[in-house]
Amino acid sequence: MTMGKSLPHDAAPLHVTGQARYIDDIPLPSDALHLAFGLSTIAHGEVTAMDLSAVRAAPGVVAVLSAEDFSEMPDCSPSVHDEPLLSTGMVNYLGQPLFLVAADSHLAARRAARLAKVTYRELPALLTVDDALGANSRFEQGPVIWTKGDPAAAIAKAPHTVEGSFEVGGQEHFYLEGQVAACLPQEGGDVTILSSTQHPTEIQHKVAHALHLPMSSVRVEVRRMGGGFGGKESQGNALAIACAVVATRTGRPCKMRYDRDDDMMITGKRHDLRILYRAGFDDQGRVTGLEFTHLFRCGWAQDLSLPVADRAMLHADNCYHLPDIRIESHRLKTHTQSATAFRGFGGPQGMVGMERVMDHIAHALGKDPLQVRRTNFYRAAAEPGPVQTTPFHMAVEDFIGQDLVAELERTSDYHKRRAEIAAWNVASPILKRGLALTPVKFGISFTLTHLNQAGALVHVYQDGSIQLNHGGTEMGQGLFQKVAQVVAGVFGVDAGAVKITATDTGKVPNTSATAASSGSDLNGMAAKAAAETIRARLAAFLAEKHQTKPEKVRFTDGLVHVAGEAYDFARVAGWAYQARVSLSATGFYATPKIVWDRVRGTGRPFLYFAYGAAVTEVVIDTLTGENRILRADLLHDTGTSLNPALDIGQVEGAYVQGAGWLTTEELVWDAKGKLTTHAPSTYKIPACSDRPRLFNVALWGRANREDTVGKSKAVGEPPFMLGISALMALSDAVAACGDGTVYPALDAPATAERVLAAVKRVRGDA
Amino acid sequence: MGRVARFTPHRAATQIASNGEKAAGWTMTGIAFLLNGTPVRVAAEAPTRTLLDFLRETRGLCGTKEGCNEGDCGACTVMVTDGGGSRALNACILFLPQLHGKAVRTVEGLSGPKGEMHPVQEAMVTHHGSQCGFCTPGFVVSMAVAQMNGRRDHDDVLAGNLCRCTGYAPIIRAAEAAAAAPIPDWMENDRSFILAQILTSDGNIPIDASGNGAGGSGGTTVPPAFRPTNSDDLADWYLAHPDATLIAGATDVGLWVTKHLRDLAPVAFLSGVTDLQQIERQGGMLHVGAAVTIAALREAVQDRLPSLAELFRRYASEQVRNAATIGGNIANGSPIGDGPPALIALGATLHLRRGDDLRSIPLESFFLDYRKQDRRPGEFVAGISFAEQAPSLRCYKISKRFDQDISAVCGCFNLTIEDGRITAARIAFGGMAGIPKRAAHVEQALIGQPWEEATITRALPAFAQDFTPLSDMRASAAYRLETAANLLRRYFHDLNGSPVSVLEVAP
Repeated sequence: MTMGKSLPHDAAPLHVTGQARYIDDIPLPSDALHLAFGLSTIAHGEVTAMDLSAVRAAPGVVAVLSAEDFSEMPDCSPSVHDEPLLSTGMVNYLGQPLFLVAADSHLAARRAARLAKVTYRELPALLTVDDALGANSRFEQGPVIWTKGDPAAAIAKAPHTVEGSFEVGGQEHFYLEGQVAACLPQEGGDVTILSSTQHPTEIQHKVAHALHLPMSSVRVEVRRMGGGFGGKESQGNALAIACAVVATRTGRPCKMRYDRDDDMMITGKRHDLRILYRAGFDDQGRVTGLEFTHLFRCGWAQDLSLPVADRAMLHADNCYHLPDIRIESHRLKTHTQSATAFRGFGGPQGMVGMERVMDHIAHALGKDPLQVRRTNFYRAAAEPGPVQTTPFHMAVEDFIGQDLVAELERTSDYHKRRAEIAAWNVASPILKRGLALTPVKFGISFTLTHLNQAGALVHVYQDGSIQLNHGGTEMGQGLFQKVAQVVAGVFGVDAGAVKITATDTGKVPNTSATAASSGSDLNGMAAKAAAETIRARLAAFLAEKHQTKPEKVRFTDGLVHVAGEAYDFARVAGWAYQARVSLSATGFYATPKIVWDRVRGTGRPFLYFAYGAAVTEVVIDTLTGENRILRADLLHDTGTSLNPALDIGQVEGAYVQGAGWLTTEELVWDAKGKLTTHAPSTYKIPACSDRPRLFNVALWGRANREDTVGKSKAVGEPPFMLGISALMALSDAVAACGDGTVYPALDAPATAERVLAAVKRVRGDA
Repeated sequence: MGRVARFTPHRAATQIASNGEKAAGWTMTGIAFLLNGTPVRVAAEAPTRTLLDFLRETRGLCGTKEGCNEGDCGACTVMVTDGGGSRALNACILFLPQLHGKAVRTVEGLSGPKGEMHPVQEAMVTHHGSQCGFCTPGFVVSMAVAQMNGRRDHDDVLAGNLCRCTGYAPIIRAAEAAAAAPIPDWMENDRSFILAQILTSDGNIPIDASGNGAGGSGGTTVPPAFRPTNSDDLADWYLAHPDATLIAGATDVGLWVTKHLRDLAPVAFLSGVTDLQQIERQGGMLHVGAAVTIAALREAVQDRLPSLAELFRRYASEQVRNAATIGGNIANGSPIGDGPPALIALGATLHLRRGDDLRSIPLESFFLDYRKQDRRPGEFVAGISFAEQAPSLRCYKISKRFDQDISAVCGCFNLTIEDGRITAARIAFGGMAGIPKRAAHVEQALIGQPWEEATITRALPAFAQDFTPLSDMRASAAYRLETAANLLRRYFHDLNGSPVSVLEVAP
């Protein structure tokens, strides 16, 4: 059985030898043009004049395009057509593309793009949550509000209450491979696009729209991305469209890649937000009433902000049953980069708010936060009693938090270490340690229900070799290998016998983004269906030949067993070909059971939940706020893993990325709206030594109760939120500096500066 | 202070450098180096063409990746070998002339002649060390260099390689697994490479036989770049070209080219000036040539100035430390360079040379104002001298991330305490002013006082007299001022033996 095997990533040997090809590595014809955008230098205003003569005259420049060169400006938005490729007069953020340069080299294009003389009529820019609230600048008419029960009344009669305001920073994706696309013009006006994208169909759709072509005239291909994390769900549109436009106009192949600084200045990031909360609770810490207000800073264009903010609301409960809750979500429009998808897609923002409330309640009661968390858990799936529902009225039928957390408490030695740390802190005046365990419950499925579909195409050749294609994209997560293992399992051959091919809109159409952790759930099922179709044909053919029933034909160990005989899979394929049996099939999958009313906020948006929990231990310096993670113990629910090694890789990597979001990764805009952290010199993702010194990772490998591929669970996003335990451990360490009367109220990211401020706060010298 | 030969204005005899290149750099007709075992000559390239662009665009060696184009992510890491050994360097801010006479190995050159994988490549596959794979070539090269050099300090070796997928754990597992494997012989070959082997009998460099345009289009004029092999030639040339840019490690100048897109001309490359690359101990002093790398300096101070060595451990990254020079760190005049505050606290003397004229000044007097140094046209930093030990020196670097980050505040303290009383004080900070600056008022508040907590507390308000820091993306002004003062408190506890560093706490 190849499913469930810890095989290496299919491209690992290519990665380590430098042979794995990314878009920028693919040789283009020598007449290829290289593109660069000229960017705005103000956050809000009107372009009053743009002198591009020096740009046009620069060495190597072949073409320069600005708004006046378009009768209709192509749109790059994945949602509501509010993202012109180039500014048509208004500037809505600092870094917005104003014009496009095509030159004979990447460097020549970049140099020329700096030579424009642009004059502006500057307007006041709305940069912050408060700016936007003050101006009522928002997407949608007003806030989205979901209410369950009567939280105001519940809070009013609760014996205890806490309230607070919590700032949560955004996050730059920092995929190591920057945005890149290329266009190869074809005959008759057709185009082939190479794009580093999580969403080839969206690229196809947007390029077709820009060129006024049917989608059938545009083919998009991507073999792999050098990281995506949501940042390549919609943010690659502009590059692909720019390449297609220039290639069509000049007849020459075009390539565009953003220099890192341009990439960070132009593209969207994870949404930052402010969370306001008010909770009523009893002596045990059980939440009786809760009110959240999410103030999302969405940036200048809508992009995917609505579903992102929705998903934050959908995860505002995390693992806790909240009978009386109100969630109010504002999607604020500001003159900054348009915030976009990022691993977790709003889920982390919603969840971190809930964990903050748990931490605050525990502090108020002087209890171990884990005890308060347990008290509020949803009822276990195994326990008797009516099924509890989420704030959006979905039944939580599969809750495993109690068992999973109990296991982690044991393996991480939680209680003993908590006591040891308390003793250590008493004896350590300058350095303080902290420990926290936080759980995760993450809903799996796209909340836009129709996206929960996938297609695949499988060929068996007459020599027995197998080729696999599906709509999912590979960004490092190991999707291709997992799906290949599924297909190999169907045919009973080694995974290595399945040739993995580039995602291609010409092979599998109408695909959804590889997003929402859905890659292997959707594409694995579609590919399985395709492979099973072919296997059924082979079985029927052999059964007839051997006068037996098709279900008695078995495919295993590279052999096909029928009527006491065992044939090489290749021989069977050859015979089937000669007998004129079709050896190619498509497969399709649509997720069952899900229904969702986004406006009312009710239904079952998710097929199931994925769970996990993490214990993080940290140490802080009370003189400088310097802090680091000492140890992390993770236990994560992958269902029956399709490939435990790849899943552990996802869990480890997601934790470090999640902890980075909440600690060192700080995005800073200046008073004029300029992002000042636009390169790795100023924006600090975790480095090697930032990983936990002791890092214990285990999978909770019990079968998914839903009928998913191999009974596995999605793993891309859920473990990202295990990183929340790092923030809560820091809060615990800060709390150890005070006498328990003042809550640390530690904002994120918890940089040294914020930790020091919180230390001062709890000591009363803020 | 006894002057040492290389800082004197006496002219060194014009010599043939060990690599056989004629000393007068003007006559150089091209750059020659070994690339993955094959001799390569570069003639018609701009002197500020980066190795990364050359590899990817000219040679079609696309395994080496561009991640940030500023030396911060390590996706472009290559191995460079010369007489001093093999080092990892960032190809994106490495100019071709810096490679003259050296051997370069890219990820494509790590595998054996029959395609057999290098042990670190195998280990990375076995331990699932790659996910998206884009950072992987850089990691693999850093790891191969470390494996060859017997390094086991993986976190330090890999601090300059960013990975966004794995969380690093499997990469470290791979590095540990490969550490003990034998060094492949094809890797060893680079060490025996000397430039003379690819020179023709008349000292010229043969055209690269492998084509690919790397031999340069015939007859193209060589771009003006001076590559002296001794400081006398450098001094003469710089006097005649005072507007020139001197390029040593290019870890800062590289960004002028790749990010600011500046045209630099004329330029001189200092990588061949061996007499500025020396470190000498004499009379309790260390005399350090300006072109000594931070990596070499870190090694030199490891035993007797451990706190300075620890500061250098966190100075940028392995790749940057292998290229960056202490002279560049000083001459550049950055208010946030980590070398100057430490060296000021040590009472270092700076040696400057202009033509045959040499002068020596206290390091702190070199920094006049923001990006304005006491350096005359045509004058260059020749070296620096400082005490080889200072038991009370402590250097504290505060940054968002521990490794490979620019300091928000870098505080360096060096007090002399005799009979329980502070008799001398040298305290200098980076990140607190437009220049690396001494905390003169704080020093005065300490000198003559008893070494006790009350003295420290009384001195704290003096920080506000010494510094009016700025707010920027690294930290606010208030945080900087408060932390600077708290670092004095840390210093007190540190010298008294209390644990003060989160880096020293074990889980």
